Amino acid sequence: MRTYVAGADVGSTTAKVVILDGEGDIAGTSLGPTGASIVEAAQRRFQEAVKAAGIDEHEVEFVVGTGYGRFKIPFGHTQVTEISCHARGAHHLFPGTRTIVDIGGQDTKAISVNELGDVADFCMNDKCAAGTGRFLESAALTLGLPLEEIGPVSLRAARPLRITNVCTVFVESEIMSHMMKGETVEDILRGVHNAIAGRSISLLRRVGINPEISFTGGVSRNVGMVRALEDQLGLRVNVSPLSQFIGAIGAALFALERARGGKLVAAPVEGGT
Amino acid sequence: MISAGIDLGAGTTKVLLYDADLAALGTVSVRTRPDLEATATEALLAACDAAGVRREDIAYVATTGYGRYQIPERDLQITEVTCHARGARHLFPDTRCVLDVGAQSSRAMRVDDRGRVIRFRMNDRCAAGAGKFLERVARALEIPLEELPAVALRSTDPQPISSICAVLAESEVINHISQGKPVEDILMGAHLSIADRVLALLRQVGADGEVALTGGLARNPAMVKALELRLGRPLHHSDHSPFAGALGAALLGQQRLAKRNAGGGA
Repeated sequence: MRTYVAGADVGSTTAKVVILDGEGDIAGTSLGPTGASIVEAAQRRFQEAVKAAGIDEHEVEFVVGTGYGRFKIPFGHTQVTEISCHARGAHHLFPGTRTIVDIGGQDTKAISVNELGDVADFCMNDKCAAGTGRFLESAALTLGLPLEEIGPVSLRAARPLRITNVCTVFVESEIMSHMMKGETVEDILRGVHNAIAGRSISLLRRVGINPEISFTGGVSRNVGMVRALEDQLGLRVNVSPLSQFIGAIGAALFALERARGGKLVAAPVEGGT
Repeated sequence: MISAGIDLGAGTTKVLLYDADLAALGTVSVRTRPDLEATATEALLAACDAAGVRREDIAYVATTGYGRYQIPERDLQITEVTCHARGARHLFPDTRCVLDVGAQSSRAMRVDDRGRVIRFRMNDRCAAGAGKFLERVARALEIPLEELPAVALRSTDPQPISSICAVLAESEVINHISQGKPVEDILMGAHLSIADRVLALLRQVGADGEVALTGGLARNPAMVKALELRLGRPLHHSDHSPFAGALGAALLGQQRLAKRNAGGGA
């Protein structure tokens, strides 16, 4: 019988599950909104990922949970912090990674990693929505655009505006007043993306900006954000279509180590069901 | 001689007309629209209508609040700190501390026995500790803004809200709801969270002596209760509290008028 393991990354906004086979190759993935019930979201994503892999739930030998909801994942055998999982996952997809910028729905992290993908240093903002996905969501809502359109629209800016407010709530009024003055949606949005990039880069500076830089988390799917980061850094950043799954991939890699009898870097907290 | 104080705040615009002989003539408060100049002009005209005076009868216009520079017809603009301190002192003569809690900012001022500001601290960078925080929570709870105080006052076991950020507090509120916590307890928790932030500012300037509450949130009885609970003693507040900034501006306008008339060799 083949070995399968899973990583479940339950974030504040979306839940992600990745199934790996014994070779470390991806067998199945699933992603969906976390919603009000972490338990339900985790279970649904797990069932879907198992189905996508074409296997039975019982064939999954070991499950590692990560993300903000990691302690509530009923089928998780243990938990590993999202910092370690993002580092491991990014290293797996881009082995040259030395610095990770992870922008999620509710927090932003800067992580520096060594050549093995172990965390050397990190810092994060989880106290305030400034510089996170929430900030983008709020801007999209204020402008009446779907979230997935704001990145591409921002790329068409002719004369990017400077957004001066830090607070997500106040930026809503700032956007409204720019609209009143007849500024274009493109210029406003580019300003919004630049503001988040600026905040992320100040976090990155605290851990040191060493290439290669990998951009992970849900916001990495936004092309406007990729461009804003690259422009301000003056460097290319690694982005993968799997970027949103990097935390889950890292968790699954930890699960694989465990299934192979290796030791887990993070101490197990308590066994799940 | 009539002076007008216009307090163009982020949430509402308040106008107060003051006559040297008759004291306050009347007040008007309207929602601030993105066009600040038009909002101010309309509010001023509405205040004239309410007081039964003509626009030409107003000899002096003093402005304050975040939009105070956006009012071209002003004779003078004055900071919120000065105006709220002056207005609060007029309303409550024994005041030594003034707490101004508005839609987008909160301030704590320490004043001397003549109402002059000795020290102040403010937060206008972030919605934590201001009315916008409540608006966000209300939105998450799907409760109309005007019903917030009544609902919050029914609370028996306030739920702590640990997020300082208004946006992140929304997710926390949703978590509380999904855990079946009563709406009134979540809401009172939100009021207490604002109280904690505002009182932290107050402690930085010195919290002893009588405290007056001004700004838009002074009309919210749950906010008053939360502040008094956390402070451990009663606050001065009245229906005029939200107009303290406009009152302070109008009073300072009267001073200028008196000086102008004296200087004019009357």
